[in-house]
Amino acid sequence: MFLSETDLQSIWLTLRLAGVVTLILFVVGTPIAWWLARTRSRLKGPVGAVVALPLVLPPSVLGFYLLVAMGPNGPVGQLTQALGIGVLPFTFWGLVVASVFYSLPFMVQPVQNAFEAIGDRPLEVAATLRASPLDTFFSVALPLAAPGFVTAGILTFAHTVGEFGVVLMIGGNIPGVTRVASVQIYDHVEAMEYGDAHRLAAVMLIFSFLVLLALYLWRPNPKNT
Amino acid sequence: MEPINARFDIDWPGFNLTVDLELPGRGVTGLFGHSGSGKTTLLRCIAGLVRAPKGRLVFRGEIWQDENTWVPTHHRSLGYVFQEASLFPHLTVMGNLRYGQKRAPAPVAAEDRVSLDQAIALLGIAHLLTRKPDRLSGGERQRVAIARALAVSPRVLLMDEPLAALDIARKQEILPYLERLHDELAIPVLYVSHAPDEVARLADHLVVMDGGRVLASGPLKETLARLDLPMAFSEDAGVVIDAVVASHDDNYHLSRLDFPGGNVVVAQRKEPIGHRLRLRVHARDVSLALERATGTSIANLLPATVVEIADADTPGHCLVRLDAGGTPLIARITRRSLDHLGVARGKAMWAQIKAVALLGD
Repeated sequence: MFLSETDLQSIWLTLRLAGVVTLILFVVGTPIAWWLARTRSRLKGPVGAVVALPLVLPPSVLGFYLLVAMGPNGPVGQLTQALGIGVLPFTFWGLVVASVFYSLPFMVQPVQNAFEAIGDRPLEVAATLRASPLDTFFSVALPLAAPGFVTAGILTFAHTVGEFGVVLMIGGNIPGVTRVASVQIYDHVEAMEYGDAHRLAAVMLIFSFLVLLALYLWRPNPKNT
Repeated sequence: MEPINARFDIDWPGFNLTVDLELPGRGVTGLFGHSGSGKTTLLRCIAGLVRAPKGRLVFRGEIWQDENTWVPTHHRSLGYVFQEASLFPHLTVMGNLRYGQKRAPAPVAAEDRVSLDQAIALLGIAHLLTRKPDRLSGGERQRVAIARALAVSPRVLLMDEPLAALDIARKQEILPYLERLHDELAIPVLYVSHAPDEVARLADHLVVMDGGRVLASGPLKETLARLDLPMAFSEDAGVVIDAVVASHDDNYHLSRLDFPGGNVVVAQRKEPIGHRLRLRVHARDVSLALERATGTSIANLLPATVVEIADADTPGHCLVRLDAGGTPLIARITRRSLDHLGVARGKAMWAQIKAVALLGD
């Protein structure tokens, strides 16, 4: 076999993590994007800045704070323990929570841009055609913003696949639980297994290229907009 | 038919709107004014797209807005046509038409009901139903937008300059459909426009706005004949007359059109005898004479009494409002002629009409 058992395990874990995070972010990021696109509140600036923080923050900083917060003595950790879930760091769901924060801007920003591009008019038209605001959101805003959702989904998924620093801080390196592909490559290099590192790295490279190629080839026909 | 009572007070930086209007509950009401006069904002207030802080809107007995009430747009029984067609690009023409139709509650009064088929037929769009909006011409798009607004069986149709974004050929394409709406629909229409010709052609009632205020509100013919409104100072100053085709002269290819107080002869019309036509007589096409002129090529001479004299757009001219047996007329003549002829209030004169525009051509 081209890749070892543990390599395949790490790839499967990576895809599962990215898939779960993307799905969660569709649900969590869409209302945030809608609010940021439509609000005239003074909180728009601060909230937008917080959402964008992971773009500039070193992953280790974000990971450090999340580790402290989710740890046994952190506020989130206290809560999860009280709920009987235990502590999240060094578990798959700990990685999911951290990745949701880390990839948030990659979901929110394209969707927000797509919502903003719709403008007020289609929403006003829908209101004059008896659609309630919630109805308008599902029947007009979502279909019109569909290209933004595709972009956001691909970017979020790809970005989560490429995660390293946050994973290391939160999840460590537990095979089958938190050892994702990027960490596996790191381990191979640490162990001087350059051949293994090459193979897995090549898989990641090709994957990333194909994702971005799909994103650039898939463009909505400008005549339709 | 119960009227629409609208009172709004908006004070935004650089813009204010102060209106207190009673609009007729039937027919076409033209909201006329220059851009920035507040006519579109007034329409948006009536639709609930803008919420005027101090406002009261009673729509045919239903309170849509007062201190304690706010009916959101999607609960108001109205149809709205925007300046741009604003069709939903992700739906076909049929999808656009059905969008509102399937969400609107069935109207209580049968006379208010507009079926989808009726809307499609009225606007002549049956052959477009399966297309996407990007496969339509500008005129077709606007016709679909009008049909979409009608398909919700609204109790009032609000139109915000539906022709302003179209070129002249497209306007001519749509105007006949708008006239059909006027003839065939029982619901009132509020029609915002800055084009005097559109208003003269379509409206029964006219509201003239300027600087966020209402300058005049009244029946179209009386309001157009007023000399104290800004329209009187424009190139297009003039009156409209509703006439009936009375006879055809096949020898000379002429038709006689009758109206209260007289008649005019125009180039032969296709319409049958008894058909109603709306004429527009521009003030610049009306001259005055002391006696019935003989030896003139002008065929249309009407006895008329001077009602009012006012300044015109240039210091050398003035406007004379006349009463021709119940039909108002405006003549734009030079100040010199005014003095030479001794034109004064109450004086009986002859109005010579050089040209008559038939609205609907």
